[in-house]
Parts: sequence; structure tokens; C-alpha cells
Amino acid sequence: MFITVAGEKKEVKDGLTVAQLIVDENVETPMYVTVSINDEFVESGKFEDTVLNDGDNVEFLYFMGGGQ
Amino acid sequence: MIILTKSDYNRIVEHALRELPDEACGLIAGKIEDNDKIIKKVYLLTNIDHSNEHFSLDPKEQLEAIKDMRACGFVPLGNWHSHPESPSRPSDEDKRLAYDSKASYMILSLMDRESPVLNSFKIQGDNAEKEELVIE
Repeated sequence: MFITVAGEKKEVKDGLTVAQLIVDENVETPMYVTVSINDEFVESGKFEDTVLNDGDNVEFLYFMGGGQ
Repeated sequence: MIILTKSDYNRIVEHALRELPDEACGLIAGKIEDNDKIIKKVYLLTNIDHSNEHFSLDPKEQLEAIKDMRACGFVPLGNWHSHPESPSRPSDEDKRLAYDSKASYMILSLMDRESPVLNSFKIQGDNAEKEELVIE
């Protein structure tokens, strides 16, 4: 199947989970990453259980914060 | 070197003053030419912590900004935030949460409300290195 990751269309295996995609994409500091699928945010505790579908649009957002 | 237009600098300062007493924050995007970062667009985002001492970008706004950058042909260059009551240098928390060593972290100090100070840093671990900032 085909999905779009960070604007780039790519072929992935059927049944791919968000957790597996994070590994495949070599996402750095995954503990600070928020994932959206088709503009809907995935709860961080559900990465293992969330299966991607053909045509999904996935974005990785890196937490940005700090303080004075 | 990182280059920011005077009008974008003014937008940052005006937004940060408007958000007082809270910290203000946002993203910067643009192009990289040779080793220079040229900021083409500044995003003014919501600090969802609504705090005088902390900031976190609103993920929904961050997502919209990322899509806008892509549509404009820009790359993410880093982020910016204000320090309402402290100098323009990364705090321990800023360093701890700066996980991208290639990003620029811009910090606007509003300690002197009449004379804001903006600096840009690269951060790797506990080391923060000030980079040359040109406002033109």
C-alpha cells in the first residue's frame, strides 16, 4: 500500500503500525514525537495498536518546549 | 549565520510583548544557502502552557505550520521563544528539550521591555553556541 510520510509518498507493507513506521523512518527521540494521521493526532500510548491504511497521510511532529 | 528580516523581527517582538506575562513562542522556516540560514517566514504560535516560565508549542498549529512550510518550499530552521524576565540565553530546561543539534533556537529577552535582545543558538547536550544573527 502507499502512504504519505512528511509529504513524501512511499510504499509500505500492509498492516504497518505507527510504532513500526517510527522505527522504519529512523525517527530520532521518538519519546518527543507526536504523530498525526490525516490531521488527527494519535495518542502516544496507541502507537503499537494503530494500523495504517492505504492513502494515509502521516506527519511526525517533534515536541518543542522549554522555559526561562 | 542566520538572517532575519527587520519586519519579521518586529513581528516576533510585538507578539512577545502582547503575550506578556507569558512566554511567547513560534517557529522559523526558510532556506539554507551555503552555510547560511535565511529565515523566510516566522510563525507565531500559541504557548499551550500559558506560563511565564515555560512554553510548549500547540501541536495543531505546529502541524499547520509544517504543512505551510512545505507548500511554500521552505525547510524548518528552528524555533523561537521569549524570556519575559531573564536574559537571552538557553536555560537548563531549554537545553534539556533541545534535541535537534541542527536547529536554531532563538531566544528573545524582554527583561528590558524597551530594549529587547534576540540571540540565536545551536544547542547540543549541555553546550549552547551562539550563532551570528543578522537582522536586516
